[in-house]
Amino acid sequence: MAAQSAPTAAAVDTTLSSTVTVEIRTDEDVVRVRQSVRAAAVAIGMRLVEQTKLVTAASELSRNALDYGGGGKAELQVLRHGPRCGVRLIVEDDGPGIVDVGLALTDGYSTGGGMGLGLAGARRLVDEFELWSEVGVGSCVTIVGWAS
Amino acid sequence: MARPPVLEDFPVDHGPTDNARGTRNAGEHLVLDVLKHRHRELLDAWVSGQESAPGFQRSTANNDDLVRQSSEILGALSVAVEADGLATTGAGYLELRRLLADLSGAQARQGYSPSQTATVIFSLKDALLRVLRGEEGGDDAVEGGLYEVNRMIDALGLVTFDSYVQSREQVIRSQHTELLELSTPVVKLWDGVLALPLVGTLDSQRTQMVMENLLASIVEHEASIAILDITGVPTVDTLVAQHLLKTVAATRLMGADCIISGIRPQIAQTIVSLGVELGEVTTKPSMAAALQVALQRLGHTVQRADSSR
Amino acid sequence: MERIPVLKMGELLMVTIQVDMHDRLARTLLEDLTEAISAHGIHGVLIDISALDVVDSFIGRTLSTIASTAQVLGAETVVTGMQPAVAITLVELGLSMPGIRTALNAERGMAALRAALGGRSERADGSGSGHDA
Repeated sequence: MAAQSAPTAAAVDTTLSSTVTVEIRTDEDVVRVRQSVRAAAVAIGMRLVEQTKLVTAASELSRNALDYGGGGKAELQVLRHGPRCGVRLIVEDDGPGIVDVGLALTDGYSTGGGMGLGLAGARRLVDEFELWSEVGVGSCVTIVGWAS
Repeated sequence: MARPPVLEDFPVDHGPTDNARGTRNAGEHLVLDVLKHRHRELLDAWVSGQESAPGFQRSTANNDDLVRQSSEILGALSVAVEADGLATTGAGYLELRRLLADLSGAQARQGYSPSQTATVIFSLKDALLRVLRGEEGGDDAVEGGLYEVNRMIDALGLVTFDSYVQSREQVIRSQHTELLELSTPVVKLWDGVLALPLVGTLDSQRTQMVMENLLASIVEHEASIAILDITGVPTVDTLVAQHLLKTVAATRLMGADCIISGIRPQIAQTIVSLGVELGEVTTKPSMAAALQVALQRLGHTVQRADSSR
Repeated sequence: MERIPVLKMGELLMVTIQVDMHDRLARTLLEDLTEAISAHGIHGVLIDISALDVVDSFIGRTLSTIASTAQVLGAETVVTGMQPAVAITLVELGLSMPGIRTALNAERGMAALRAALGGRSERADGSGSGHDA
């Protein structure tokens, strides 16, 4: 069962830059994702607190992909919607998938080791959050942070 | 924020039109004909046009809503054209205009982009033209060309529409942020003691500003105690309490302590009845009392210089 | 293998985290600290994170675990120098680490440890155990 947020601004009339892809296979890759997201956020002039939140959310998602998804990949893109700039990160894995998405998005839920805190917490840190997951297929989380 | 246009903003012409019943022009005939005799075809073409627009979230529920909404609009359009032909300022168009205004307003609140909303009408035009062209045969090169040019101009129009609105929203946003920044001053009461008089509602955006200002001040002044005065906060519900507790938690992470002051009796009752756990947070009725506690904690005592002893 | 250096100063351990720490490194730090506390009769641990511009839930939980483990082994912990943006993010994440002792900087952190250890004089060179006046 997939969860969706309100229609995203990014879907309409948004110019995109090239995508940066990071394979997530090791702990160091998680750090690499953090640093890429930080660089992009700085480049579009995001305020420090907004940057930190986005980078932290990226870290949570990447770690989930590594620890619970058996590895995956992250795609980073800078978005432009009119005068606004944003950073979009899509983290996907081919792992076991999430059985109950609604439950996974509640604080404190954990299948073992605190994954629930990561997802629900990450959602609070970003402007847009979309989660897709199918048992036996994998998961895909998309987050967007806009520079104000 | 600019107020949304109301029905009264659109001029209504209640006088006789030159499209009185029985003397319709060619365009009206075409449209009325399609609306009456090819309603289903038009509806289907329009619905599928809206569904294939970028950004549309396909789902059965959405489709049902869309069909219902589109039917409603076509109904109002029939009534309008029947009464006032193609003169959209006529009284017959009042219901249609109301429907469209409600739709735009609802979509604005739900976060749709301006062009997604405008696409509702533009895709109706497209559907109408396609159905009409079908009727005429549609092989004529010039006619086909005009149709394509029309689509292109529409698309360009949408682009300017979108960027205009985005720019306006950006202006509003930065003014809003500026306003927030101005309204959360942090005051240094004493060495190591900061005070933050909160005035007005404490929503999540305001809380963010408060936390940023406060923490930056704690670093700057190397403060160890922050007094949050909520005398000026009109209501404290569960959300506001959460925001306060968040601020306290963030302050603690920076190695400082918080004292909440200015809790009015009604607020105290609300807090208790809501079951909000203030935990270890020190609370004092007034900023003066809070300052006294703060100074004591820092090892100071305040004495009156009494010369009559 | 890379590890975060732990400095021993008498009965105190001092750690300054200056790299963007990956999970394995954080786990290794926990192990190194635990071992050092046991091995040297440590009573205080100071972890300075002023150079960290990101602390996510794993790092946050690791810091909490270090503090709890240290306490079981008889040592007090203080985390110093958290950056404002990090503090705000942690709170938003829902990880406010209530049990952890924090201080604005290393200097305040030392003072906090001294206070927590109840008046015992902790001199940097480890000598002397006289009481504070």
